[in-house]
Amino acid sequence: MLQVTDLHVTVEDKEILKGLTLTINAGEVHAIMGPNGAGKSTLSAVIAGKDGYEVTQGSITFEGKDVLEMEIEERAQAGLLLGFQYPVEIPGVKNIYLLKSALNAQRKARGLEDMPAPEFMKLVKEKLGFMKMDASFLQRAVNEGFSGGEKKRNEILQMLVLQPKLAMLDEIDSGLDIDAMKVVADGVNSLRAEERAILLVTHYQRLLDYIVPDKVHVLVDGRIVKTGDAELAKQLEANGYEGIEESAA
Amino acid sequence: MATEEMEQLVRREYKDGFVTDIESDTLPPGLDEDTIAFISKKKGEPEWMLEWRLDAYRQWLNMKEPSWAHLDYPPIDYQAISYFSAPKRPEDGPQSLDEVDPKLLETYEKLGIPLHERAALAGVAVDAVFDSVSVTTTFKKELAEAGVIFCSISEAIRDYPDLIKQYLGTVVPVADNYFAALNSAVFTDGSFVFVPEGVTCPMELSTYFRINAANTGQFERTLVICESRAQVSYLEGCTAPMRDENQLHAAVVELVALDDAYIKYSTVQNWYPGDEDGKGGIYNFVTKRGDCRGERSRISWTQVETGSAITWKYPSCVLRGKDSIGEFYSVAVTNGRQQADTGTKMIHIGEGTRSYIVAKGISAGKSDQSYRGLVKIGPRAKGARNFTQCDSLLIGDKCGAHTFPYQEIGNSTATIEHEATTSKIGEDQLFYCRSRGISEEDAVSMIVNGFCKDVFQELPMEFAVEAEALLNVTLEGAVG
Repeated sequence: MLQVTDLHVTVEDKEILKGLTLTINAGEVHAIMGPNGAGKSTLSAVIAGKDGYEVTQGSITFEGKDVLEMEIEERAQAGLLLGFQYPVEIPGVKNIYLLKSALNAQRKARGLEDMPAPEFMKLVKEKLGFMKMDASFLQRAVNEGFSGGEKKRNEILQMLVLQPKLAMLDEIDSGLDIDAMKVVADGVNSLRAEERAILLVTHYQRLLDYIVPDKVHVLVDGRIVKTGDAELAKQLEANGYEGIEESAA
Repeated sequence: MATEEMEQLVRREYKDGFVTDIESDTLPPGLDEDTIAFISKKKGEPEWMLEWRLDAYRQWLNMKEPSWAHLDYPPIDYQAISYFSAPKRPEDGPQSLDEVDPKLLETYEKLGIPLHERAALAGVAVDAVFDSVSVTTTFKKELAEAGVIFCSISEAIRDYPDLIKQYLGTVVPVADNYFAALNSAVFTDGSFVFVPEGVTCPMELSTYFRINAANTGQFERTLVICESRAQVSYLEGCTAPMRDENQLHAAVVELVALDDAYIKYSTVQNWYPGDEDGKGGIYNFVTKRGDCRGERSRISWTQVETGSAITWKYPSCVLRGKDSIGEFYSVAVTNGRQQADTGTKMIHIGEGTRSYIVAKGISAGKSDQSYRGLVKIGPRAKGARNFTQCDSLLIGDKCGAHTFPYQEIGNSTATIEHEATTSKIGEDQLFYCRSRGISEEDAVSMIVNGFCKDVFQELPMEFAVEAEALLNVTLEGAVG
């Protein structure tokens, strides 16, 4: 589904990713772990198309299409969706309005009509209940005055409504207490499906107790230095990243 | 996203820039006492009105054009302007819409104001001012049954001289300022509204102004009076064709609210702003003032300003009556080379008076925008309160936003709050929306509309939709 090959990325003339290769198939959950500054967030940002990242070498394809040739919105329309570590506030724009615009923009790109309003409301209310969010969230401005946990839940809510093919979650566990983490993890687990893949970027193993990945990649200094299963994450927790770096070297 | 792309996004074409090919009666350029006599005669005005105009003109001759505004434009040659242009029509004037030149009606169609259908559907009574002459007022009969007078100011001068003598120039005196004095001397038409005691006007009243003829100035004069416990909601819309030369628009609007009266005055202004290099466009020098003369009266200004090359405009409230309320809600968008110096004045005279100011400025391209607001609290205005919020949104890095708040507090019981923010349209916000699959253009319009929400919700429903649409057109760009 997603193929990243020998990816080199520069930010402000500094090389962050130095030849990263990664294959994600439909139905799989991948976790990327690594120390701060290893380039974890850079990877998901480049896939989503954020400005300021220069790809100097390598390629990214999604279902055979060249992602780097696509506009930001085209990537989302193709089914690539990024859940942000720090979602921005958009004053005056209701959460429900953003959800509806996003869903209908994606449907339009796929040649579908707008979703009828009653059907949309039913869908949103169901997902809202799943994320243990109050209906008042829909009428509030996007992320404005939301607590850290509420912002993260709101990101997952969008995933549940938009149903991407590849859901990328950047440090979705940061700043969450244990109860909020469980709700977020339940949300992510409910996305698991044969036709869908999930890419988690995280610093801590903790999240992976709740969302058990099929594959764990260790990213150090811009390269994936080790790949394994969920056990690898536990080893990391026990021995830290330094042990991995040494064994890789 | 790069700044250049941002600018592309907000570049747009002026949609109302067509010229209507109509035979018109236009006075050659130039201004002297004969010009004024000509206008007055053409309008069939009584002698006292001519004297009033000449008095204004003589005072104007001794006045200086103001230069304090944060605006930069070449000197205006007042002798190069034609002060009267009217579409030619049978001498007795049209008696009904059927007699109006179809081409004129077509113009309104293009502007999206079909006088027949839409006005009826929306229940809006429309007074359309084309160049200098009021073309038609719809719904006159229905309004008359409610006791509301809604007609052109020229008609009012002929038919209701006592009301005109009682109120005209009492809010904005003839020599109030340079442009108001000029307007008083040469105003050619405008609207007149009178809502008698205890009457709530049964429909929204609306005026559309359009400058069509070349080298023509438009000087309209509007007077709205609400007697005790009367209410009215009034909207004006403005457009002009694209022309290479600048056109002058110097209007005066006076509002009078007596005890417990409420006047809501909304403006959607979309005068031609000039091209990208600043060629052409309307110079908009407008004096708008409301007088809360009665106790507990309330005057509310709401404006959405997207047009004009130069804007100089400060809709104000004089809060004379005890416990009266003044409000100002504004969205101003400048793009290209537009310059706007706009804001409001709230003059608290009476006890317990309150004012509320929400001003939103959006600057894009190479435009420059200033908010200038005065809050003045007099010695007798015990317990007066003001709240001011002004927010600026910048799109790109070649535009400017400035805030000039003035406060003159004459007693110690007043409460004043002022909040101001300036933000750049967030590239993060844009990325966030686009990464959800929303196109760049829709994302910009979503963010900008969100920014303007507080003001849009003050507009009458159907005009809120119009304002949002206008904003979207304004920010429509050549993406992709």
